[in-house]
Amino acid sequence: MNARVIFRLFLQSARLAGKRAVLTIAAIAWGTVAIVLLLAFGEGLRLQLDKNRRSMGENIAVIWPGETTKPWKGIPPGRSIRVTADDVPYIAERMPELSAVIGEVTSWRTNLTYGKKTVNGRVIGTNVVYGEVRKHYPKEGGRFLVPTDETERRRVVFLGDELAADVFGKEDPVGKTLLVNNNAFTVVGVMQKKIQMGMYGGPDAGHAVIPITTFKALFGRDRLNVFVIQVAKPEEMPAALKHLGEVLGPKLGFDPTDERVFGTWDTVKSSKTMGNMLIGIQIFLGIIGALTLLIGGVGVANIMYAVVKERTREIGVKMALGARASWISGPFVLEGLVYTLVGGMAGLALSILIVTALGFVPTAGNKALEFMGKPTLSLPIGIATAGILGAVGLLAGYFPARRAAAIDPATTLRYE
Amino acid sequence: MASLISAAAPPGTIIEMTGIRKVYDTGKVKVEALKGIDLSVSRGEFVAVVGPSGSGKSTLMNLLGCLDTPTEGVYRIGGETVAGLTRDRLADVRNRRVGFVFQAFNLLPQISAFENVEMPLVFGGVPVKRRRERAAEVLERVGLGDRMDHKPTELSGGQMQRVAIARALAMDPDIVLADEPTGNLDTTSGSDIMGIFLDLAAQGRTLVVITHDLALARRAGRIVEIRDGKIVRDVPAAEAA
Repeated sequence: MNARVIFRLFLQSARLAGKRAVLTIAAIAWGTVAIVLLLAFGEGLRLQLDKNRRSMGENIAVIWPGETTKPWKGIPPGRSIRVTADDVPYIAERMPELSAVIGEVTSWRTNLTYGKKTVNGRVIGTNVVYGEVRKHYPKEGGRFLVPTDETERRRVVFLGDELAADVFGKEDPVGKTLLVNNNAFTVVGVMQKKIQMGMYGGPDAGHAVIPITTFKALFGRDRLNVFVIQVAKPEEMPAALKHLGEVLGPKLGFDPTDERVFGTWDTVKSSKTMGNMLIGIQIFLGIIGALTLLIGGVGVANIMYAVVKERTREIGVKMALGARASWISGPFVLEGLVYTLVGGMAGLALSILIVTALGFVPTAGNKALEFMGKPTLSLPIGIATAGILGAVGLLAGYFPARRAAAIDPATTLRYE
Repeated sequence: MASLISAAAPPGTIIEMTGIRKVYDTGKVKVEALKGIDLSVSRGEFVAVVGPSGSGKSTLMNLLGCLDTPTEGVYRIGGETVAGLTRDRLADVRNRRVGFVFQAFNLLPQISAFENVEMPLVFGGVPVKRRRERAAEVLERVGLGDRMDHKPTELSGGQMQRVAIARALAMDPDIVLADEPTGNLDTTSGSDIMGIFLDLAAQGRTLVVITHDLALARRAGRIVEIRDGKIVRDVPAAEAA
């Protein structure tokens, strides 16, 4: 009964609000567009950064051998620790919880020659799983290193896409011969373009990868500059790093509890930090959007205050005729909600249109735009927007409605 | 016919005011608008309340109509004590027991005469079918059966006041309270409205009319005169000349 009376009164009073309603709805729609676009931008940024971050590899820790900081079996601290290519299978065997271990040996400023062109480049000698772990996916027509390349010490090379373009120009490098310090290598593949955020040594696009065995034969060394471990699930990383010390300590001669023997970049931990930062950015954008929407809400409330004032006598009459306070305030609350929801719907539709249109804007080639990603809508954005809209609508209706209900019919009806 | 039922009902006291005081507290100054009113109105009476402006007539009207509650004293309407009711209960009492007729008509301008009359029935929770019948019935009674779908702006002052009377009668209230009902009308329309009030009185409707209009007051059954918040005269109209 209550609801029906309120709805009936609402319909009667809403009839006249035409033009004002349109303006108010437009303000709310604008606020909605602002909040949705900001959140969509944040979401796009988050997705893109997440993708960028993962392009170096997922759930990995990069480890640089360093010096001991604790004494071990009578040996004083400060001893440099040597990890070689042979330690890689040793670790893999004793740490079955790891999904991969790879060792890397680096040769900086190596002459890479094709025809008349020579470029100074970085050459990495590494294990075959590197391709998967470090996401070196070959472009069509090529491949990454395969196990026989490593066991047979083949002279094959996989090129980063930018390095390949540097050396070969527009030619397809696959199958061609590249001289590495005047040793002939066959190019087996070129890496697919990827946007890389985290890196050590340099971007993957700028280096050449050869089998670690070939590297040793060619350069005469296999002392690892760095090695990488990968776990299946991010939460397994801390235990794995602790276990690593226990496995390597006795073999290489350092205290297993000596955490500073290795310089460790735990990407799981740093991605968590970045995730928090991105959530922070999202909240920040959301607040800006919500404030914009709030201004729309204030507009609604303002107009409804004016309506309440204008209809003071009418409200007084209704009260004299026996309308309860909630029958007076109900239609105002409903009106605020309807304006807000209609405006919200319009704004949402417009936002979807804009986001879709932005999706067609080409970003390829523009590094900044590529890095930021494209505005993306998601269910949580929809839910957050709907929630904020609902709250703004209720508040926008509630305060004017409260004033309306507080009108004293006795005083209202007295003045002419 | 609901009005015939109430007309046939045995006479009894509808309004009973005992020692009513009303003080308006405006912060620094306290204004005592009513200084002890005792008034009782029986069913079927036609009472005119007269007095100069500022005498407390409007305050009395607000209290009688349950738009306001007294500072002191007991007010019973139809046997129901008004003191201590919540705003919503007070609204219900107004809806069921009091029909208002204002000097300024106070019709809602954007809805039709019919919808205006229907409004108290909506508040009273009367089912749609019965509501429509009743609204049409009271509009017929004030002679506006052919103007139901007109908006107030399309009606003359006298017609508007007739709509207001129909609205006051819609819920078949215990009393009809009219505040200067002819104050905004020309002489012809005024006597027209007066005629309706006399008809209602003849049908046994309880009427309390606050008025300056001595012609109207004299035709009431009883005149109550207020001065300075007190009743100074309460006599049958015949003696009031």
